[in-house]
Amino acid sequence: MTDSVDPRRSSPAAAASLLWIGRVARPSAALIVPLLVLCIIIALTGAPRLESIMTEALIYVVLVAGLSIFIGNSGIVSFGHVTFALIGAYASAWQTCCGPMRLIFMPELPVWMATAQVPLGLAALLAATLAGFVALILGVALMRLSGTAASIALLSVLFVFKTAYENWDGWTAGQSAIVGLPTYVTLWVALGAAAVAILIATLYRVSSYGLRLRAVREDEAAARASGVNAWTQKLVAFTISGFVAGLGGVLYGHFLGTISVSMFWLDMTFLTLAMLVVGGLRSLTGAVVGALFVAALRECIQVFERGISVGDNLLQAPEGTREIVLAIVLLSILIFRPQGLVGELEVGERR
Amino acid sequence: MNWVQLLVDALSLGGAYALVALGIGLVFGVMRMINFAHGDLITIGAYALVVPSAAEVAEPYLGAFSVWLMVPMTIGFVVLMMLATERFAFRPLRERHADGASLLISSFAISFLIQNVILFIHTGRPKSVNILDGLRGYVSVGDVRLPLIDIVTVAVTAVLFILLVVFLGFTRPGREIRSASEDFVMARLLGVKANRVIAYAFAVSGVLAGAVSLLYVAKTGVLDYRMGVPLAIAGFVGTVLGGIGSLWGAMMGGLTLGFASAFLQALLPPELRASRDAFLYGLVVLVLLVRPQGIFSSSKRLERI
Repeated sequence: MTDSVDPRRSSPAAAASLLWIGRVARPSAALIVPLLVLCIIIALTGAPRLESIMTEALIYVVLVAGLSIFIGNSGIVSFGHVTFALIGAYASAWQTCCGPMRLIFMPELPVWMATAQVPLGLAALLAATLAGFVALILGVALMRLSGTAASIALLSVLFVFKTAYENWDGWTAGQSAIVGLPTYVTLWVALGAAAVAILIATLYRVSSYGLRLRAVREDEAAARASGVNAWTQKLVAFTISGFVAGLGGVLYGHFLGTISVSMFWLDMTFLTLAMLVVGGLRSLTGAVVGALFVAALRECIQVFERGISVGDNLLQAPEGTREIVLAIVLLSILIFRPQGLVGELEVGERR
Repeated sequence: MNWVQLLVDALSLGGAYALVALGIGLVFGVMRMINFAHGDLITIGAYALVVPSAAEVAEPYLGAFSVWLMVPMTIGFVVLMMLATERFAFRPLRERHADGASLLISSFAISFLIQNVILFIHTGRPKSVNILDGLRGYVSVGDVRLPLIDIVTVAVTAVLFILLVVFLGFTRPGREIRSASEDFVMARLLGVKANRVIAYAFAVSGVLAGAVSLLYVAKTGVLDYRMGVPLAIAGFVGTVLGGIGSLWGAMMGGLTLGFASAFLQALLPPELRASRDAFLYGLVVLVLLVRPQGIFSSSKRLERI
């Protein structure tokens, strides 16, 4: 475990809180500043394609940071976090979608909701809060489970919500897509959201809650014997990570301008989990590095899928190559570097 | 709906789920890993029946042979692919002492890999195919007409379960699998070869997966590159429901899930039937909350510290 007992615990309260701010600010800044520099460089090149790639990658940083809050600290592999992205995306659509078209897509919305014009930022906050709230309710029940049973139960949750949303026609347009969401997610909005997600994840990690949950992860029996309530600690992490994943879902919907239930299914589950594993399952730095690395890799392969001309020949990889390569990369990482690219390293944190 | 018909429906669905749950349970026993890719091995078996093409009605490949060749060839192919996943993915992981989470994620990765390779070869378009036309008929029992395929599914499940019991109880590989499921380290100390016993478990699991491919395609006649996913999920849930680590439990868990599914389908009001799976899995989560150790596990296994 990387946390050490603070030697200056007996110093005055002001110094202690300063120290604590340092413990949050340094690692967050160490992740956010490089992202900011990257964004500035991309903005200076002025290539719109590059900007949209980076925006999408930053949205994945939010999703994977959300996933990392729970998986990284609890050690439970969740196959169900895409549920919260789904909930967040639709909740935002209920508040902000497409003006008069809203009732055509979602005829059963209550009148006050169908006519409300919620400011976009507030709508995103409310939508993510709903996702966090659902995580809290589900967590009350599910966080009693651990290990494989928890993973399977979380997958069942994704299955339940996917089926429910697909058949809840009046609110979700069923299996068809909702189009015309305001596309306000620019590079800078995505960067801001990624910064918020990183800050939340760091705050949680350095807090005593994070420490106690990692104690449960390392040895549940010993942690319990030391007075840690495993269920409460898992529940706190699950709720926070549901909120952040929900925020990721909101951003994704407002980046593409269209949402459908099938977007939030196994492909996204696999992609976000792959990002986390490639970077390093146990560290937030790993989550950020993994999200950027996998996003870049996918783009490179997509260039090949569109075709590259070498002399007179067009070299072209068939469609589907992207997913196959990604699966092979993930398997190789698991076999040859199971701790991920960065291992347990957290940048900006004293050892 | 008639009660006899409902019962046969429930038994045949439950039988298929039980076969999937048993396949997953066998591998879980020796490796302590839920094999996500099990469902996709079922998909592989189904796609082995047809020639790769983008056509909507697929030309049969293995499906063109007579029954006596098609059944063993399909099952054999699934067994080979199952052994290949073990040899090239899980074994290197085990040799590097990967933890449970890595194994779980790697089986998820293999599942995704298989789906996309099938997509790559056969395109994503759902296809229809006809095999085992003889099973398309009906049997009249009193005044009820029962689909023959459902009765065959029930019979095949029963036969395979009996064979499995005999195999596990009275053959050397079977006994090795059982002892390795009980205590892997001790079994190795007593001369059970780790790689071999895991390969046995995967092979038997492959036989069960191949049988499900054939039964499923014969019943629905439709191929889709993600057809295995709902089956695998039903299988996991069956395994967990029955008490993870117990084969008898996996069988009963799968059957229970099939019964719950068939009865929900019959009893839910029509407007909610489309969301049947949401109710089904919601119900499962509820059951797990009351009995996290599963409904059929007799003794609550105490966690050793």
